[in-house]
Amino acid sequence: MTMKIRVDPDKCQGHARCYSLAPELFEVDDYGQSTVIVDEVPAELEEKARLAIANCPEYAIEIVSE
Amino acid sequence: MAHTAPVTDWATDFDVMDPGYLADPFSIWDRLRESCPIPHTDRRKSSWMPLRYEDVTAIAHDVEHFSSLKVAVIPGDEDEDPNENFDGPNLEYGLPPISADPPLHTWTRRLLLPWFSHTRVDSYVPLTRELCCSLLDGFADKGHADAAADYAQQIPVRVIARILGVPTDLADTFTGWVRDVLEFADDQERRQAGAEGLLYYFVDQLAQRKEHPGDDLLSELLHTEVDGKPVDDGIALGMAALVLIAGVDTTWSAIGSSLWHLASHEEDRKRLVAEPELMPTAVEELLRAYAPVTMAREVTQDIEYAGCPMRAGDKVLMNFPAANRDPEAFEDPDVVQLDRAHNRHVAFGSGIHRCAGSNLARMELQVALEEWLARIPEFTLAEGEDITWAGGQVRGPRILPVVFP
Repeated sequence: MTMKIRVDPDKCQGHARCYSLAPELFEVDDYGQSTVIVDEVPAELEEKARLAIANCPEYAIEIVSE
Repeated sequence: MAHTAPVTDWATDFDVMDPGYLADPFSIWDRLRESCPIPHTDRRKSSWMPLRYEDVTAIAHDVEHFSSLKVAVIPGDEDEDPNENFDGPNLEYGLPPISADPPLHTWTRRLLLPWFSHTRVDSYVPLTRELCCSLLDGFADKGHADAAADYAQQIPVRVIARILGVPTDLADTFTGWVRDVLEFADDQERRQAGAEGLLYYFVDQLAQRKEHPGDDLLSELLHTEVDGKPVDDGIALGMAALVLIAGVDTTWSAIGSSLWHLASHEEDRKRLVAEPELMPTAVEELLRAYAPVTMAREVTQDIEYAGCPMRAGDKVLMNFPAANRDPEAFEDPDVVQLDRAHNRHVAFGSGIHRCAGSNLARMELQVALEEWLARIPEFTLAEGEDITWAGGQVRGPRILPVVFP
């Protein structure tokens, strides 16, 4: 099963840790709001996704499925 | 009780300006976290100080019970009648968005955020790097320097001046005003003089921008419409003052503390020089371990929080630096691990008031450390010379003598 993640827009406060750690998976807009830019996390980026999750001060990144 | 009396009981009578606390708050937090994780004091004003990660972040998210209208750690005139003792420019809205609750907080913050977006901050890298190099040119061949005053202090103020569109050659004046407001806040005269200097300066600058707009942040504030109306003069003034105040002391303190750490921890210094790829995690770890900023909240209604009988009007000192040292949230929190992979630190706060300049601060800290280590890879604290720490709202070294070959 492939990994799917999402950013909860109500929790994201724009710390941009996810974008710094995994720019392949996230983008942030001018206001700091982060969004996931892939439908599924490629296997080789799963570790980066977990790193982003573990560094979000707002607990805003969720694993939808894996 | 005079607020200068020595502290005998940190749980019921803490003092964030106590000289021992300024030099080493960490051991005091560690003891209190075990015995009384939300100490109280009646010095200056009835204030609570959460020290655990869980409490600090929970209170930061509860904007209904904990307002940001009065964010100063050291209470000042704004804690009484805001304009009673102050005959300077009108600041009836304080310094939005930091000292605002929604809805004022929401739209003023949206005006500022694009100036500190990732993309925009990337465009400030070359000038920051150039600035660091020219400062290093001034002392790199002398064998000694004050890493705080000669270097750290000089960087963020000039970058923020460029963003605001005000002259960088006034950097020392800006720094003086900001220090008067934040660091010498117990001295009401000095605090007021700093505030007046800064506010009158911006009143004049804003008036000039109305006539001759530029491409800077001040001009944009004046030429943006919100709900079809221009931004109120008092709000624009508060926002301008905030950007300067928040952009100076904070990052300067983070750079200074990081250099203090590297000067006093040889292994970490050598490792960072040998493994420059560690810089991104090292920056986060140094921010965690030496987070400079504490912001206050005001209790909006009587509430019992974690067994503490908080009264409406009490201050809550949001000790983000102590939260970052909580063993419940971080493994070996008092040990700096330059490659710490899991680091949910809250040096920039948590919730809707997350530091709007966090991208800028991170960039400045990283560039300042990279350029220093490239030029001065070996350095230590100067033996026998005193280090001075500022604290209260913002903790960091103000005099930091170092020597190098």
